[in-house]
Amino acid sequence: MIAQEIRQPVIWSALAVLALVLWLASGSIDALAKFPADWVLAPTAVMNAFMERCVELFGPAFKAVGWVLEWPVRWAQMLLHALPWSVIATFFVLLGWFGAGWRLALFAGVSLLYMAVIGYWGESMNTLAIVLISVPMAVLVGFAFGVLGFYSERAKRIIMPILDLLQTIPAFAYLLPILILFGFGTTVGLVASVLYAFPPMVRNTILGLRAVPGEIVEAGVMSGTTPWQLFWKVRLPAARKQVLLGVNQSTMASLSMVIIASIIGGTNDIGWEVLSTMRKADFGASLLAGFVIALIAMALDRITYAYAMKPKEIDGPARSPWIVGGAVLLGVAALSLVIPALNEWPKNFVWNPAPAMNAALEKAVVDWRLWIEAIKNSAFFYVMLPIKIGLGQAVSPFTWGFALTPMLKAGYAAFVLAAAGWAYFRNRATLASLILLWGVVSFIGLTNTPWPALFAIIVYAAYVTAGRGLAIGTALALAFLILAGVWPQSVLSLYLCGIAVLISFVVGTAIGIWASESRIVSAIMRPIMDTLQTMPLFVILIPFVMVFKIGEFTALLAVIAYAIVPAIRYTEHGLRNLPGEVIEAAETIGCSRWQMLLRVKLPLALPAIMLGLNQTIIYGIGMLVIAALVGTNGLGQQIYIGLGDGDFGVGMTAGIGMAAIAMIADRMTQAVSRRRQEKYGLEVQAV
Amino acid sequence: MESDVRSADVKLSCRNVWKVYGKNPERFFDGRRGDVGTEGDARVLADKLRENDLIVASANVSFDVKVGEIFVIMGLSGSGKSTMVRCLSRIVEPTAGEILLDGENLLAASKRELIEYRRSKMGMVFQNFGLMPHLNVLDNVAFPLEVQGMDLKDRRTKAMEMIERVGLSGREGSFPAQLSGGQQQRVGIARSLAVEPELWFLDEPFSALDPLIRRQMQDEFLRLQRELHKSIVFITHDFLEALRIADRMAIMRDGMVVQIGRPADLILNPADDYVREFTNDVPWEMVLTAGDIADPDRPVVAGMGQVSADTTVDLLLPYLANHEAGVKVNDAGGNYLGAMNAMDVVKALASGVPEPVEVMA
Repeated sequence: MIAQEIRQPVIWSALAVLALVLWLASGSIDALAKFPADWVLAPTAVMNAFMERCVELFGPAFKAVGWVLEWPVRWAQMLLHALPWSVIATFFVLLGWFGAGWRLALFAGVSLLYMAVIGYWGESMNTLAIVLISVPMAVLVGFAFGVLGFYSERAKRIIMPILDLLQTIPAFAYLLPILILFGFGTTVGLVASVLYAFPPMVRNTILGLRAVPGEIVEAGVMSGTTPWQLFWKVRLPAARKQVLLGVNQSTMASLSMVIIASIIGGTNDIGWEVLSTMRKADFGASLLAGFVIALIAMALDRITYAYAMKPKEIDGPARSPWIVGGAVLLGVAALSLVIPALNEWPKNFVWNPAPAMNAALEKAVVDWRLWIEAIKNSAFFYVMLPIKIGLGQAVSPFTWGFALTPMLKAGYAAFVLAAAGWAYFRNRATLASLILLWGVVSFIGLTNTPWPALFAIIVYAAYVTAGRGLAIGTALALAFLILAGVWPQSVLSLYLCGIAVLISFVVGTAIGIWASESRIVSAIMRPIMDTLQTMPLFVILIPFVMVFKIGEFTALLAVIAYAIVPAIRYTEHGLRNLPGEVIEAAETIGCSRWQMLLRVKLPLALPAIMLGLNQTIIYGIGMLVIAALVGTNGLGQQIYIGLGDGDFGVGMTAGIGMAAIAMIADRMTQAVSRRRQEKYGLEVQAV
Repeated sequence: MESDVRSADVKLSCRNVWKVYGKNPERFFDGRRGDVGTEGDARVLADKLRENDLIVASANVSFDVKVGEIFVIMGLSGSGKSTMVRCLSRIVEPTAGEILLDGENLLAASKRELIEYRRSKMGMVFQNFGLMPHLNVLDNVAFPLEVQGMDLKDRRTKAMEMIERVGLSGREGSFPAQLSGGQQQRVGIARSLAVEPELWFLDEPFSALDPLIRRQMQDEFLRLQRELHKSIVFITHDFLEALRIADRMAIMRDGMVVQIGRPADLILNPADDYVREFTNDVPWEMVLTAGDIADPDRPVVAGMGQVSADTTVDLLLPYLANHEAGVKVNDAGGNYLGAMNAMDVVKALASGVPEPVEVMA
């Protein structure tokens, strides 16, 4: 038995040696380099057979349900197309006005006007129609399950893991079974968006109902309420804000899924417009359409949020605005009968700057070609390639300008050993062992690390951070990936996501620290982050593809752009919400600004920062799947292949794999953060 | 002390009530009988329950609340006092025992009957007010009437009346979040009185308020009670508050009642060291009354002044300082009870000094 305090460094060092030995051996033993193909269990065939059986058995039933569901969407589309654009625009302006005043009204008005001017009115309405039908369905379903989960502990224990699953499996992956069961059509988008949008409603309903103070409920009981009255007159109104926040989140989820679902095509909505123009490299049009999506998202978000946060008014005068609103709408409708331009946006008023934008972009890309190439190449040669295939292969005269001679190899080994030795003699044995491991893996490269070694490293990391339970879960999940034959793709995903998360975390934490110390930075960052977070993931891709074309680097940038947000948010939030007395105490003791930051604030904010890392990883994995659209070779690509071929097994295996990786990363980082929180007696609120 | 109370005068009677949390605590009680024998037997059972990983919130609690009296339950946090008051209205279901309201067993009432009791006979005030955040003051106060199905106009008239009574006229359109703590508790009080209950429960109603406001609210509460004559169960952890307010009080510890009596009884004859600890902090002269000290055997001297029995001792000190012979004490009806002098007061106060200084010979 090794003593507790040296067990970790010894095991890490052993793992480093194991990786090195197996890598050396893999030259002669193929089974080490690559998991032998005939050991793969091929669950895809079983899954496909299962799915076929399902379609045989339930196909007609699903088709029937799909047929029924299609009608409300059609009606909504018919309604939105039949109504004059001016009436719909006025309606949104009024919604914004009553919700939060003239600013929101203006924003809503400009957004809708933009859709008309740019000539995407019809497509926008098609998207809106699906959202219009799916949100009430998701809200109703979510509310019902939420209430059930609130009253019955047993129901909650069944519902919660299902929600976890629905929210961690990449959205694309479960388009697949829906597509197979329901067949092509708008129903796929509708069903997918309801499935994706109801979990936040469940969570918020349960959360809200739970948070109602006991005394309020007791006051209700003592007033002599029946159970029915207690729910509708006391619990629900007291939980109103949280429940409405659920509606807000459901709406956003629904929209983002509707956009994602347009990938299966044939819907003529705004998401399809973005995709098809992107595929044609018509980036101007793609950006313009993407902007429509961003505007819809922001308008819907702000409006539903405003209604959730709005205090309830005394019921007297609150009715009159709606009467005024109705009158205004009727007035506009009457006017549009007289003035045709108010009914349908005139064709010659449509302004299409896309060709001009494309030309400008082309010119810019040509003009700046050298710079763009330089950025791309240096990132690729000096960061991405070494991690992917290892320094051993990445360093060559072509990339780094010199060859890796045995001399240099020895130098590298000496450097790593020296660094580890230095750490060891500073009494940081664990750090020393981790430096060793890092040195070995970066020389071999992530994709070249023999699978048994990588497997052992990840499982042990899970054990160290979160204990035996997670280690077993991790081992099972990794075994699934290996046996299902998607290990190479998983490692590729791990590599890309790993780099993105690392960069997002480092840069994001730095920005977060800066924002916490400077009001101006904070004020500048906030709207940028809000926008990045409300924007459907798709749209984030567009500017990067425009400049850097398709490839891993573009995907990396897109993932970073999205995943950096929580790192910034949580760091700033954590640093700004420290116990005031501790800061005052440190000030009284005489800490300088830097001492305060490094010695007091950062250590105390560590739990919050760790939670930020957790969210960064989750966001990164979420975006990775979308980023596969612009050329990556990981699990995301597998999901597309599955979706493209209608191959349930392939898509689903990759989807489950992604979800498994996300869940493992989630549990590991959560565990670290929770341990810190308990140690400090602090509780970090989600931002 | 309890025996001389005719049962007709008792509004609410709590008999051997137990509340035990945990897995299936009923197995330790025969049916719902809480009468497990002597006080000692009850203590043994409570210990046994705790050994079985059950949580005993209240154990073998018995007391009577008389019509029109303020009965205070005093105890530190975790003593089971809040659980107890919730058992009285069955917000918390007692594990065993009996609760008699006007002689009828509340624990035998059906759910429907219980709702009816709460709608007509009980009102409750909460420590953190328990106001509905989504209703304004008027609708909060009218809420108990609303759930009974009273129509809008009637219930608002009634609620306005109550709002006036607690001095909040003009704020009826405000929402709870816009009011100060003291104002919020006034709303809570008005709401609890809206159905004109006979039984009024107050669970630490003034604990969340700052000391000045607390004092004010206590005075207002006593004023209201003088007008309304409710039968009250008042919970507090503040011994001084209990002394100010109580007609009678019970001290609870670890779920059990340690002592029941008038405030002066507790001070003069504390049942054990636990009660004595509380009385140490009390300025006795402000609690003891002439009636507590008056001695019927003391000779009456001509020219002695006379005071009523409920005069507190502190107010008598200046007179006694100047009149060595003392003062006559009469009860409320003017009947002679006894007499007292300065030495009697010193002796009574001396009995409460826990660690007297050693005086050199």
